[in-house]
Amino acid sequence: MSGRGRVLGILALGLLLALPAQGQQGAGAGAGGTQSSAAGDAQTIRVGYLATREEPRVPLSFLNPEIEDDGVQGARLGIADNASTGRFLKQRFELVEVVVPPGTSPADGLRQLAQEGVRLVVSDLRRDALLEVAGLPEAREITLFNARAKDDDLRNAECRPNVLHTVPSRRMLADALGQYLVWKKWTDWRLIVGPAPGDQLFAEAVRRSAKRFGARIVQDDPWTFEIGNRRVDTGHVTVQSAIPTATQGRDYQILVVADEEDGFGEYLPYRTWLPRPVAGTQGLVPTAWSRVHEQWGATQLQSRFERQAGRWMTERDYAVWMAVRAVGEAATRTRSADPAQLAAFIRSPDFGLAAFKGQALTFREWDGQLRQPVLVTAPRMLVSVSPQDGFLHQTSTLDTLGDDRPESGCRNR
Amino acid sequence: MPHSRSTAGSVAGSLARAPAAAAGRGAVARTGLGALLALAMAAPAAAETVYVSNEKDNTISVIDAAKLEVVNTIKVGRRPRGITLSGDGKSLYVCVGDDNRIDVIDLQSQQVVDRLPSGPDPELFVLHPEGRLLYVANEDDNMVSVVDTQAKRIVTEIQVGVEPEGMGISPDGKVLVNTSETTNMAHFIDTASNEITDNVLVDSRPRVARFTPDGRHVWVSAEIGGTVSVIDVATRQITKKIEFEVRGLRREAIQPVDVRFTKDGKRAFVALGPANRVAEIDPATLEVKKYHLVGQRVWNLALSGDETRLYTTNGVSNDVSVIDLEKDRVIKSLGVGGAPWGVIVKS
Repeated sequence: MSGRGRVLGILALGLLLALPAQGQQGAGAGAGGTQSSAAGDAQTIRVGYLATREEPRVPLSFLNPEIEDDGVQGARLGIADNASTGRFLKQRFELVEVVVPPGTSPADGLRQLAQEGVRLVVSDLRRDALLEVAGLPEAREITLFNARAKDDDLRNAECRPNVLHTVPSRRMLADALGQYLVWKKWTDWRLIVGPAPGDQLFAEAVRRSAKRFGARIVQDDPWTFEIGNRRVDTGHVTVQSAIPTATQGRDYQILVVADEEDGFGEYLPYRTWLPRPVAGTQGLVPTAWSRVHEQWGATQLQSRFERQAGRWMTERDYAVWMAVRAVGEAATRTRSADPAQLAAFIRSPDFGLAAFKGQALTFREWDGQLRQPVLVTAPRMLVSVSPQDGFLHQTSTLDTLGDDRPESGCRNR
Repeated sequence: MPHSRSTAGSVAGSLARAPAAAAGRGAVARTGLGALLALAMAAPAAAETVYVSNEKDNTISVIDAAKLEVVNTIKVGRRPRGITLSGDGKSLYVCVGDDNRIDVIDLQSQQVVDRLPSGPDPELFVLHPEGRLLYVANEDDNMVSVVDTQAKRIVTEIQVGVEPEGMGISPDGKVLVNTSETTNMAHFIDTASNEITDNVLVDSRPRVARFTPDGRHVWVSAEIGGTVSVIDVATRQITKKIEFEVRGLRREAIQPVDVRFTKDGKRAFVALGPANRVAEIDPATLEVKKYHLVGQRVWNLALSGDETRLYTTNGVSNDVSVIDLEKDRVIKSLGVGGAPWGVIVKS
């Protein structure tokens, strides 16, 4: 290092010395760190990752892997990316992973993080678990980044002041798809809705989008067929005869399927009674992230992730990565390790996250949702990115996706 | 002159848009009217050629600056982006990122005649003023590769931040500045030791680093941050962040990319990406003087040799805008290949 490099180092040290309390946030901050050796010359920013251990989802297609480490790999890459700036600014980032075993309450996981002095926590939890931990007394001083639950009520009636959302809501996803279909002038939709609670909620979001953007739901049916195990010898024969029957009815332009559990939607393309394309949770899918996306420098994030994880980056990984990067960006800009200062900066108008979507992403002040372009993807190719041209907004076209300020039912912030 | 094969038709066609100059009048009797017009138009940008890399088409468009026409298209490797002239001015180096190398085009024969190693995924590079060493940003590898263009080998690699992108070198060749898009730094590198000496934090997704002609400042554009940081080379401190405001445009649409200066350092131009504008800045006051409306998603800029024109590559509208800097307006939009990216003028 040159003389200037040393000056920078001394400056950073001076900052640290000037703000000794910030390095000691919470009870176990000093002792909790595993590598607190070279202490004194660097700020340490600790980010929690909270999840429950789950059986991996079994995808219907054999091409999609069963992923055991969905989400957490995004956190690890986010920390590595943060550290790349941090090493120049004498900031160290540490990930505290807490994965709660089955039978244990996620509340215990949050309490553990709180005890260790972690104040910025990425929640890779489903809705109910998130609401449970967000309501704990220990969570009052904690900022939670919801990177998993797409539920719209978390952005409305059930919104919490200590929760920010990096994963797009179902309404944002449905609006992204809806705008594209309307741009395409495919405005007659047929909806098929699976039995899972998430399917019902996604269908609700699709119906809302149709109304918002001037499309029609010409037929709206629940999925009632039993498909069974994905691995059945000559199973295609049953499927081939079942799907045309299941999709008879009125004419439409595109079939929109709600099947978040990946139980049957993959069977619909090429088998419908009428020759029509399929969109929704299968077929043409709106998503925050997909391997097919390589624009705006995304190539680099994709290949970085693959080198680390040995698999493709999922939407869940990406939402977790964004949460960890938001903390890193705040630490970079404020040169602070104080969680309260970081959380305040993340919510401020000065914050902007670069997340390979071609523009800075910011949090909506009315519900804590991260504004973001949404990819519209086919299984092997990026088809479009919403918002679409022509869907206008007085402040940010990104607010044409999901709940805009006047529509928001969040009164809790 | 090389433009003598122009047909009368194309000359007449370009007459209407050409900034006609009154040179070459004495040649009428000898060359006829068509050639006279060609000469007349060639005068301000005499024998100049503009090269444009087309990221989607894997080609280089060759533009005759006098006629403002594409006169040739050269096939290169995949995803050509950064382009620059060799030290002797006889060749063109092209980063072909998806082929992990640099293609060398012989300007005489207008063909790829050689290749150089570059390290993985080269995007942008800068040639040392002495003309031998090429500094290449390896976007996918967190490295800057130093390539000896004569020995045709990588001499050394310099570890930098995540997603290295912009490359600028001081006029005396002693200081190299590389930007890293995810680390958000301008890394100052001593070219004698090939080591990083300083890191300056700039705004989100820094793209281009360009030294002022006097070598006292380096300007770094930040695409997502929407600013240009002016860094004092002596102190390594940011003296000002230039911000942009275009009425009717959302802030996030303003994404600064390329930066160019006139040789006297009195005028600066910044391409603003999806804002579809080029900002002109007075380097003395660091104030924006005006915005030129150009094609969609303007990436990179090049000045003509006499600095009367600015060429811009517009990645979404697939064209090059030609700004007449004396008239202060766009005089032509010229269709080139798919997703034009880099641009350079050979006088």
